Amino acid sequence: METIFDISRPGAKAYSLPPLDVPVKPLGDLIPANLLRDEAPLLPEVSEGEIARHYTNLSNMDFAVDTVFYPLGSCTMKYNPKVNEAIASMGGFSNIHPYQDESQVQGALRLMHELAQWLAEIGGVKKVSLQPAAGAQGELAGMAMIRAYHERNGNPRSKVIIPDSAHGTNPATAAMLGYKVVTVPSDEFGGVDIKSLERLLDEEVAAIVLTNPNTLGIFDKNVVKINEMVHSAGALSFCDGANLNAILGKSRPGDMGFDVLQFNLHKTFSTPHGGGGPGSGPVGVNEVLEPFLPVPLVEKDGAVGAYYLDYERPFSIGKMKAFYGNFGVMVKAYCYIRSLGAEGLDHVSDIAVLNANYLKNKLEGTYILPYDIPCMHEFVLSAERQKKLGVKARDIAKRLLDFNIHPPTIYFPLIVDEALMIEPTETESKKALDRFVDVMKQIAEEAVENPDIILTAPHNTPVSKLNEAEAARHPHLK
Amino acid sequence: MDFIPITDQEKSEMLKFLGIKRVDELFDLSIPDEVRMRRPLNLPSGISEYELTRELENISKENASLNDYVSFLGGGAYDHFVPKIVDALISLPEFYTPYTPYQAEASQGILQSLFEYQSMISELTGLEVANASLYDGSTSLAEAALLAHDITKKNEVLVSETVHPEYREVLKNYVRGLGVTIKTVPSKNGQTDISAIEDMISENSACAIIQHPNFFGYLEDMERIGSILDGYTALFIAAIDPLSLGLLKSPSSFGVDVVVGEGQYLGNKISFGGPYLGIFACRKDYIRRVPGRLVSSTTDTKGRTGYVLTLQTREQHIRREKATSNITTSEVLNAIAAAIYLSYIGPEGITEIAHQCLQKAHYAHDRLSKISFLEPLSDAPFFKEFAFKSKKPVHEINERLFSEGIIGGINIERWYSQHPDTILFCVTEKRTKDEIDRLVEVMEAA
Amino acid sequence: MTPEDLLYNKEHEWVKAENNNAVIGITDYAQDALGDIVYVDLPRIGQEIKAGDAVGEIESVKSTADLHTPVSGKVVEVNQQAVDAPETINEKPYGDGWLFKIELSDRSELDSLMNSQVYEKYTEEL
Repeated sequence: METIFDISRPGAKAYSLPPLDVPVKPLGDLIPANLLRDEAPLLPEVSEGEIARHYTNLSNMDFAVDTVFYPLGSCTMKYNPKVNEAIASMGGFSNIHPYQDESQVQGALRLMHELAQWLAEIGGVKKVSLQPAAGAQGELAGMAMIRAYHERNGNPRSKVIIPDSAHGTNPATAAMLGYKVVTVPSDEFGGVDIKSLERLLDEEVAAIVLTNPNTLGIFDKNVVKINEMVHSAGALSFCDGANLNAILGKSRPGDMGFDVLQFNLHKTFSTPHGGGGPGSGPVGVNEVLEPFLPVPLVEKDGAVGAYYLDYERPFSIGKMKAFYGNFGVMVKAYCYIRSLGAEGLDHVSDIAVLNANYLKNKLEGTYILPYDIPCMHEFVLSAERQKKLGVKARDIAKRLLDFNIHPPTIYFPLIVDEALMIEPTETESKKALDRFVDVMKQIAEEAVENPDIILTAPHNTPVSKLNEAEAARHPHLK
Repeated sequence: MDFIPITDQEKSEMLKFLGIKRVDELFDLSIPDEVRMRRPLNLPSGISEYELTRELENISKENASLNDYVSFLGGGAYDHFVPKIVDALISLPEFYTPYTPYQAEASQGILQSLFEYQSMISELTGLEVANASLYDGSTSLAEAALLAHDITKKNEVLVSETVHPEYREVLKNYVRGLGVTIKTVPSKNGQTDISAIEDMISENSACAIIQHPNFFGYLEDMERIGSILDGYTALFIAAIDPLSLGLLKSPSSFGVDVVVGEGQYLGNKISFGGPYLGIFACRKDYIRRVPGRLVSSTTDTKGRTGYVLTLQTREQHIRREKATSNITTSEVLNAIAAAIYLSYIGPEGITEIAHQCLQKAHYAHDRLSKISFLEPLSDAPFFKEFAFKSKKPVHEINERLFSEGIIGGINIERWYSQHPDTILFCVTEKRTKDEIDRLVEVMEAA
Repeated sequence: MTPEDLLYNKEHEWVKAENNNAVIGITDYAQDALGDIVYVDLPRIGQEIKAGDAVGEIESVKSTADLHTPVSGKVVEVNQQAVDAPETINEKPYGDGWLFKIELSDRSELDSLMNSQVYEKYTEEL
């Protein structure tokens, strides 16, 4: 489609401003000439109607949770309730300034305080900071606190242990804090291999980072033992909360022995992904790490019943981002938890897990199921059988687009060849699940009978397969 | 209310297919008893949409919305006008409900919008490479310092005291553990002390970070700073206000290597500090070290133009511990809002908005200068913010203003103990002469 | 398919020894496994490198691989064509897609490398 710049022509315009009603001084009197621009920047010149049509037409080219089944593993692409958007847009939430006096924003502070408390209850942790802007930043905050803790004890230590099934953010985060990453292999059930862990644990290990349930959708049965081993080596234990949707009201990372837990409000708590952002990645900790939480925390003065921002935390790691976090996202997560309540959240995990097991059992046999045990909210298939016929996981993903289904996560976790990681979430109907099963079976048949139709997919999208190699060799970014 | 479509009948069919009686069995099979939660979560009970709306309306009313008050607050979050079309378009479900555009063929709308955003940021900053945005201005600044450290292999980061204090706090966290030392360049007359830069810059410097207009609102002598840095390997990093670029020269013309900035002012709501978007643009030489998403145009099998995420090997999902950053996302929806906003205002609009901010801020400055207990912090040129030292306690002034429906400026003493009772005022294009006059009148009487 | 006048290591790099110099590249197997190569980072001219060292990097669209040197020596030439047009490595891995040339410091290292038959057998078993 033509770009907004292609539509642009001199003289077209959309904006309107109130008149400049103050006495005007010559520009040269106000700004030194060497700092002044000679020409206006070449932004597009278009009318408002053209903008509306352009971006609406662009949006129509995209798959979205509101239009298609979107079983993208580890991303929890659940339905985003509309009312939460409307509430976050209320002027009392969307149009308040972060530096207003605390007395003017009591509602916002109250909302943050309650949300942090609710998350602490859900995660089984002592205290939660809502500041990190996304899951990866929540990890960064957690790892920074771990480093600060060890530094305070005299030695920051040098290594972080991460399973071979982990998200890429885990090692990337550890490296940003100056840690060397040590990989621990998985055992035959997809959990951490205890013997290897035992060998790896020494006084240089600062922490282990685990996702539980892990990226195979499997709950690590040894989790308590692992955390005990980690603690007895003087290290701390970090829980990547990507998969919290499986265990709401069922089990809590804090109770499993984790010292720090990161949440993804955009996954578990249904705030829209927005095409990849904004998210929100609160971080919760136990007593050990509480002194290190980012500032400010929202506290309540019991005596007067007023909420305030607490900066007086001498061991705090400081700030993860300017202001207090992605407040607009917090409002939506607050609304979600408030709507569902304890029983609703429990039901979420019930159905998320039921749906995943249903799909898993329907599809095993057609695709290889490398870990054949009950799963939590997601599971991983392998397309190795299809690969022998010349059809790889990425081809299957492209073929799914022809059926108006967003593909699962592919080639992850790295320990499964030709991985297809499927997370249906609880907000899909049985009809949608059954259709997915039918389509996946049809594609498996096509792999045998007519692989070409898969290899040339997608056929119905606005563009066909794109030349990614050419883009990477010669990027055109503007 | 739980948004779950599976009916009881369907649920029993599914359980039957799985050969179990209750969903709980699935959890009992997976979760060891010792960590299986046997009590309900201690949370309030769920409520209906109507109750939710009522309840949240009441909470929202405990906040003083800028819809109802005239605000002179700035400090990195600005009350610029956001046209309705921005909200209308980013509320399209195909923009706000998908995830990252990994499947390019099914994500051309988002990818092309981001490509257009990148093009506009490149145009504003004068730099060849703009990414699809980071979390916010503060994290963009921190990531820029990491990039400079990575490229130069030097361990000293110079940052001016006039850079947003919270941005500098974030910077500290991002270099924790990397053996990087942060050296703060002092300020003089509200601007970066140029002679201090000359003294402090060395062959050990990875970068020098300047904010322009700076946190106090004043413009920096970008030309001189640029020429000083010219003689060193250190990168020149500038934090900018994108709307100021309607009048101010693009940073690249001063030799800036990396431009960062807050993108909230481009069509995003003020939202109590987030979600915003971080602007990040740099020279082409650093393209392989850029953090975050990059969108490139390319062609499909039929020769049609299309868009893809590119240079993904920089990123955490492929390079893991060797990635340029751990960031997995851009603030995509906010970046699309910025692209829509910039299309809406166009070249004329951005110039006029910047001009209105400038003129209105100067009018306010002139009038406030005549108040007996106020004295300007500096006589340096400024854009839309400026600071006044006050002989009266700022909180008293602000309480008085609030009772008259006005939200006054920020007391910067909380970050700068050397500037007690000093008020940072911000005047955007939204403020009218009447509002400014009222601010002055109430302050005079305070 | 696998040229007989070259020697190979297990990391799928090949060596062509000529007097005291050696040319190094990656094998057809390696380029096929990587897919479309989009970027290559080579050692610097003049750099002293040791057998087994990671001396550079090769990237495809969605993966990266370290480039090792099978033999030790000083880098005397790098293939700019491979840098400018990395697809050459896919197209002619044993020809125009060579990567760098070194002055050998220890010719005996060549003895530990595989000949084409052994290498072919090795790849068949992978």
